[in-house]
Amino acid sequence: MPNALRLAGTIAAKDIRAELRSRTALLSAVVFAALVLVVFNFARDPTAIAAADLAPSVLWVTFALAAMVALNRAFNIEREHGALDGLLLAPVPREALFAGKLLANLAFVGTVEAVTLPLFMLFFNVNLGPALPGIVGVTVLATIGFVSVGTIFSAMAVRTRFAELMLPVLLLPFMVPPLIAAVQVTARLLAGRPLSEMLGWLRLLALYDVVFVTLCMLAFSAVVDE
Amino acid sequence: MPSSDGGTEPERDAPARLIEARGLRRSFGRSLVLRDVDLLLGPGEALAVAGPNGAGKTTLLRLLAGLMRPNAGEVKILGRPVRGEGGESRRAIGFLSHHSLMYDDLTLAENLAFAARLYGLARPVQLAQAALEAVGLGPRAQESPRRLSRGLLQRASIARALLHRPKVLLLDEPFTALDAASADQLRDLLRDRLREGLGMVVVTHRLSEVWEVASRVAVLVSGQWMCDEPRRGALDGFLPRYRGWVGA
Amino acid sequence: MIPSRAGSATVRRGLWLSIVALVLLAGVYLLALRFTPVEARQGMAQKIFYLHVPAAWCALLAFSLVGIASALYLWLHDPRLDRFAASSAEVGVAFSAVMLTTGPIWGKPIWGTWWTWDARLTLTLFLFFLFIGYLALRAALQDRAERARFSAVVGILGMLLVPFIHVSVYLFRTLHPQPIVLKPSAPSLPPEMLRALFASLAVFTLLYIGFVTMRYGIAQLQDEREEVGDAA
Repeated sequence: MPNALRLAGTIAAKDIRAELRSRTALLSAVVFAALVLVVFNFARDPTAIAAADLAPSVLWVTFALAAMVALNRAFNIEREHGALDGLLLAPVPREALFAGKLLANLAFVGTVEAVTLPLFMLFFNVNLGPALPGIVGVTVLATIGFVSVGTIFSAMAVRTRFAELMLPVLLLPFMVPPLIAAVQVTARLLAGRPLSEMLGWLRLLALYDVVFVTLCMLAFSAVVDE
Repeated sequence: MPSSDGGTEPERDAPARLIEARGLRRSFGRSLVLRDVDLLLGPGEALAVAGPNGAGKTTLLRLLAGLMRPNAGEVKILGRPVRGEGGESRRAIGFLSHHSLMYDDLTLAENLAFAARLYGLARPVQLAQAALEAVGLGPRAQESPRRLSRGLLQRASIARALLHRPKVLLLDEPFTALDAASADQLRDLLRDRLREGLGMVVVTHRLSEVWEVASRVAVLVSGQWMCDEPRRGALDGFLPRYRGWVGA
Repeated sequence: MIPSRAGSATVRRGLWLSIVALVLLAGVYLLALRFTPVEARQGMAQKIFYLHVPAAWCALLAFSLVGIASALYLWLHDPRLDRFAASSAEVGVAFSAVMLTTGPIWGKPIWGTWWTWDARLTLTLFLFFLFIGYLALRAALQDRAERARFSAVVGILGMLLVPFIHVSVYLFRTLHPQPIVLKPSAPSLPPEMLRALFASLAVFTLLYIGFVTMRYGIAQLQDEREEVGDAA
């Protein structure tokens, strides 16, 4: 077990190091998220709907789309020069391989979210203030959920000709439960509602995470092993 | 049936076989690529696998490496199944592919250190540097694989493949696109390894490249063995039979 | 090159089952139109219920079977399970489409809206998209083994998603009550309606079996033709 964890960490570290070198995917995702926020701003009538009402939806749709853009990176880099074979040849358990890719994806998507959040506060004039720790918490929970499914689906999508289309088609239905829960919790946090009103949704998120991270980890071997 | 005697082989320790593969069958896409193929390999043996394109040579190699699952049959490395058991038996395998298996965004040294960590080797950074120096790439260790010529990249890939001291080397058309000097160096390196007791399977579609190094020659056509025999004499003597099978 | 007996026989069997089911379906229409009471508030439009509910049921059945067959495939690696899962998915997407079109046709005359996010419609919409994703992935992969493995993973993950969708929609709706257009009819239905509903359910299930059998047979023929073509 500790060996598997170490291997997952090694793989994640390699991905992060490689991404920090080139930064192309990271910058593209951040710019994309910023642009989505801008579009949202112009797509609404500021006199008709208060920013605070739309805020949670806008935030989470932006996060979801940015994650979608970022996810194919993980397995695209393994396709150049057949590097995935290098990972599969070594005595690395496939679950550890999945965990490593998941961690790297989380770091990546997390970074994009961390940059998007202040931009969101700026563009929509929303003061997150006391709600911030809660928002960070729900962001972590929801992101783990849809990134785990996104990781396994991107491993499949990159084997098709139109990975950028295939991934959203497969992934979007799976993003809906975490998104619904995240938006509901975010809305309540922003309105300063008590924790009791959010517990149902938070439990749903936690359960989703446990179920799908486990399932994706176990199913990963079926995807990468021929 | 393949035999593994050749008269000039070193003593074998138990387990005798490096590779024991029996009854391998594999469909790929919609066709049957390998039909009931057996393969045995002992230490110090170099098996050259030749045949026309599409004969199933690369598929065979990937099955031996545990990268593919056969539809029937089994591959054992040092007596243990290559798939399953967490893949521990794969430690004994070094694989040289068409591709370099490298990441362009990491330096050569970082690429090899990463490989060392994957195999759980101690002091990965030092090991990587030493391995690169051993193949004459020390001065270029901090460069990206993008900057290297095919011949030098091949050397780096070999260093990577040998890093964890495998007992078996599987090489997929290693001489492709290599200039004459690099090809000679590769043959020398392979001979050195054979003397140390490594076993190797070299897939090629041009026998001339590998003839001198091979101790055994096998020809695969349409997923079946046409021959598997000790390498005797010069290539010219073998070519007429080879052309007969391959239909060149 | 002779088409295999097995494949053709399966297609024929499926065809007969489907024809029988379609004839019975005509009988069900008759039953629904003539021999059931007209609902007080909704009038004749309510009768679509006898199509709408069984279609939804079949879509869910089809999807569950895709999930189960997928799990079994990953365990047993039997290509017949993969063939079955694919057939069930194709039939399922058709039934989902029927359900999703009859819903609005029903809803519009009664409530004036084409769509509502009621629990059953929403769930079937998700099933529809999951089916589409499954079939799109299959269409994009050429290697049979890879296609079978990948779609099996999607099938299993999809099957596990359904309870989460259900709970999310339920939680969402208890907070945002919406007009319930397509009220799931409780057992407090008059016996004639119940009888018609069960008859329709049975016929639709038979239709499902017929269609899947046909599709499976066709897939079998296709696979055999490919293999013979390669051996030639």
